[in-house]
Amino acid sequence: MKINLKVWRQKNNKAKGELKDYKVDHVSPDMSFLEMFDVLNEDLITKGDDPIAFDHDCREGICGSCSMHINGRPHGPLAGVTTCQLHMRSFKDGDTIVVEPWRAGAFPVNKDLSVDRSAFDRIIAAGGFISVNTGNAQDANNLPIGKEAADEAFMSAACIGCGACVAACKNASAMLFVSAKVSQLSLLPQGQPEAKMRVMAMVNQMDAEGFGSCTNTGACSAECPKGIDLSNIARMNREFFSANLTGK
Amino acid sequence: MNWISTFLKSSIGKKLLMGLTGLFLCTFLIVHLSGNLQLLKHDGGLAFNTYAVFMTTNPLIKFVSYGLYAIILFHAFWGLYLVMENKKARPVQYASYNGNANSNWSSRWMGVLGTIILAFLILHMWNFWAQYKFGTTPYTQYERNLATGKVTFSPFTGEIAGKMEKFVDTERNVEITQVKDLYAIVADGFKAWWLVIIYVISMAALSFHLVHGFSSAFQTLGVNHKKYNALIKNIGVWLFGIIIPILFAIMPIYFLLLN
Repeated sequence: MKINLKVWRQKNNKAKGELKDYKVDHVSPDMSFLEMFDVLNEDLITKGDDPIAFDHDCREGICGSCSMHINGRPHGPLAGVTTCQLHMRSFKDGDTIVVEPWRAGAFPVNKDLSVDRSAFDRIIAAGGFISVNTGNAQDANNLPIGKEAADEAFMSAACIGCGACVAACKNASAMLFVSAKVSQLSLLPQGQPEAKMRVMAMVNQMDAEGFGSCTNTGACSAECPKGIDLSNIARMNREFFSANLTGK
Repeated sequence: MNWISTFLKSSIGKKLLMGLTGLFLCTFLIVHLSGNLQLLKHDGGLAFNTYAVFMTTNPLIKFVSYGLYAIILFHAFWGLYLVMENKKARPVQYASYNGNANSNWSSRWMGVLGTIILAFLILHMWNFWAQYKFGTTPYTQYERNLATGKVTFSPFTGEIAGKMEKFVDTERNVEITQVKDLYAIVADGFKAWWLVIIYVISMAALSFHLVHGFSSAFQTLGVNHKKYNALIKNIGVWLFGIIIPILFAIMPIYFLLLN
């Protein structure tokens, strides 16, 4: 396959970026999208050019690092996958593909396609945890948790913090991410003692980071590689109302 | 009370205000529609004109209507403010953005649809509210035969103190109603085909606004459960997205065809 790329190149956070054209020949349909970029980068390095910076780590869809906005959609045209799980067979020979970084004020560009998602880390640090005593782990069955609650919490916990929700949202809102992180703890008894403090702190941090607000378009959930449901946002809203009305 | 302002300044608090005012405006639409459907009654406007007098003189209704104007303005300008705020969250736009792949276009164009509706409301208030309140509205006299129930009407040129006078002529056994004729203003206004087209397009904008807006308000309120999600969605699409806008749109079309 031959692929034409329009890739966002930007030296650093301060520099002005632009879309640059690249041609990649000898692309195998079985390559992942990231492997196609590896081939392109090898080529650029051989020529003495600056390789394209992009985030990647596990390359098996669980770390949430790869973050490309491909042809107008986070992680490209497929549903329920990250960029590393997207293969070139999803494109046609001779296609022109536009690749951009996540666009959000709260996700400044580090370089090229790599963005700084530490805003998510600060939201987690604000309240996305439970406090437990150190020492021996208690017996696993000490706290009975119903199967349904466990499953629901696990569905929320599937969030890998990739930021596709922010990238897809027309308002660059982080509500799906934050609500998944609020839900995974508030659905379980371990999360109860700090539940009110948690939702207030995490929402406040989310606002402070400069993410937009939610208009319920559902784009976040549709583009989420882990299929995090919009009901998480409704749950977070409920908890936020109740925490404001009854919390300290 | 500091916590209230902190809450309302949060992204979720701001959205709550949009959702609550939006739902209030939805209930207003039902009231407005059921009142205005009297325009379609074949009585020369007796029922509609009597209703118009009630709506503009009853103290409670007057009180609610000023609240309604305030809420319409709040919903419109708060919404525009939120659109601008949300635009700031993405300072650099995408060169390529395929929104249709992941969301309904009406959900992404709420601000534009709302602005069309606001412009329509200004026109609508000018067309009827302002003419009724400040313009030289004609009066009509209705005679309802108390024995047969038959209504006849004719222009009325005399003078009465308020908007309506009602009395029974026992000799002729008729109930006479002399009333400010808003019906005539409506019937006259919709002789203009271009106005009818503007009204119908505005109702289409209202339809798309509510198809997303009604269910979206419930999601913002935290009401999301598989037991009733389908019900909320269906009410939003069928009642507020289809039935109500179509019934509203029928009125100008009816008067255009009547003329």
